[in-house]
Amino acid sequence: MDNVQGKPDLKNRRDFLKYLLSAGVLGFAASVIYPVLSYLKPPKQSEVEVTSVSAGKLSDFPKDSGKIIRFGNKPVLVVYSADGNLHALSAECTHLGCTVQFRKDLDLIWCACHNGKYDLNGRNISGPPPRPLTPFKVIVKAGEIFISKMA
Amino acid sequence: MKNYFKCLYNWIDERVQLEDLVKFMGKKYVPVHRHSIWYYFGGVSLFFFIIQVTTGILLLFYYKGSSDLAFESVQFIMSKVQFGWLVRSIHAWAANLFILSAFVHMFSVYFEKAYRKPREMTWITGMLMFFMCLGFGFSGYLLPWNTLSFFATKVGTDIAGNVPIIGGPLKVFIRGGDDVTGATLSRLFGFHVALFPGIFTILLGIHLILIQRQGISEPVHFSEKPASEKKTMPFFPNFLLRDLLLWLIVLNVLAILAVFLPADLGIKANPFASAPAGIKPEWYFLFMFQSLKYFPSHILFADGETVGILLFGAAGVLWLLIPFWDRKSSRGEQNRFVNYLGLFAVIFIIILTFLGWLS
Repeated sequence: MDNVQGKPDLKNRRDFLKYLLSAGVLGFAASVIYPVLSYLKPPKQSEVEVTSVSAGKLSDFPKDSGKIIRFGNKPVLVVYSADGNLHALSAECTHLGCTVQFRKDLDLIWCACHNGKYDLNGRNISGPPPRPLTPFKVIVKAGEIFISKMA
Repeated sequence: MKNYFKCLYNWIDERVQLEDLVKFMGKKYVPVHRHSIWYYFGGVSLFFFIIQVTTGILLLFYYKGSSDLAFESVQFIMSKVQFGWLVRSIHAWAANLFILSAFVHMFSVYFEKAYRKPREMTWITGMLMFFMCLGFGFSGYLLPWNTLSFFATKVGTDIAGNVPIIGGPLKVFIRGGDDVTGATLSRLFGFHVALFPGIFTILLGIHLILIQRQGISEPVHFSEKPASEKKTMPFFPNFLLRDLLLWLIVLNVLAILAVFLPADLGIKANPFASAPAGIKPEWYFLFMFQSLKYFPSHILFADGETVGILLFGAAGVLWLLIPFWDRKSSRGEQNRFVNYLGLFAVIFIIILTFLGWLS
């Protein structure tokens, strides 16, 4: 214990006050920072679980064309090929997530961002895409096309 | 730890010569006298501004400024985002207290005649910031897009439309069209979060540099004392520490208000529904709103409301320019007229606010 001007406990007392102040400041900072950090974390939004989506009437869908439909909040590409087959694939390119499109002239699915190419079954055949596009189930019921997730 | 700071300081100092700056920041004294308490309200107003910027930025992360989404996004902040209700309530409460403390700061500077030469520019920048505070309040009020704010904005912009000559175009400019619509919301949102903060920051910078450069004003009764009797306190660290302590108290008051009296949201605005009873502006506009009610519909050939607005406008300009017409105070003489005028303004504002609140 230091003997500062005949007051033996002065240094201790000063240290104690310093700790008290630091703890106070820290506690205070925490009580401000914690709510701010929690606030910044986006809350989970309950998404409506989509199981099946209509892609319109088959009769309104010209052959040898493709269209993008909304499946929940994801885009799905539906292609009605020249030979009369229906394909439904996730429209998000597996490379960097751009939305792909059907190219009539090439008869394949093409991503404009980095020239990625997929065949009509979604297999990645050229360019940077690392994986095939996720396929969806297509059912035609009473002339209407329904897209649903693969089981 | 200390050594690292020292190193960093030396590194910067070597390049930009901090020493002069530190000297500049360090030399400032606060006069100590029986009215010293009023010196704190400038700092408190500054603190509210900092709080508004911080909570405002936080709200911006979730707020959506369109008439379709604004109300729902505020609802989302209040109900889903963690501590969202707290952040919004603090923003709403601090807005009101900010204007209150700016009122107090303005009147204390007025009665101490601190605006007198050489501090005219400090007064002008301060008054401009005060007007901007009212603008912040008006524009921010609409953003939750609820019934109350929708109709308050309608009435407020309508009153602005009564100003002769410029009123019509001004109303269209504020509304972004002939009516209060989603376009008005986008516009006031832009004013509230971009234009006003930008201008306000520049004014605040000038205001603070002037105070730093000229030092704290001494009231006339204090500056007449012989130097040996003048009690002062160094701004750094003595006054600053007191300031910080007060900020801490203010923050706690703010937290208590926000927790126990959180801001409510009301009902979503419907432009095609009729206005609910008891539409009133925020309290800081109430005294003007209430006095306009007492004007007859026609005064000679002019519209009564227009005359009222012009009178308020003239009073505002006179108030803004007081350092230039109050020559007596600048010479260090007593000016009783200014005191009575200020006293009248305070009493007028209090009584009419009260009447407006009762009605």
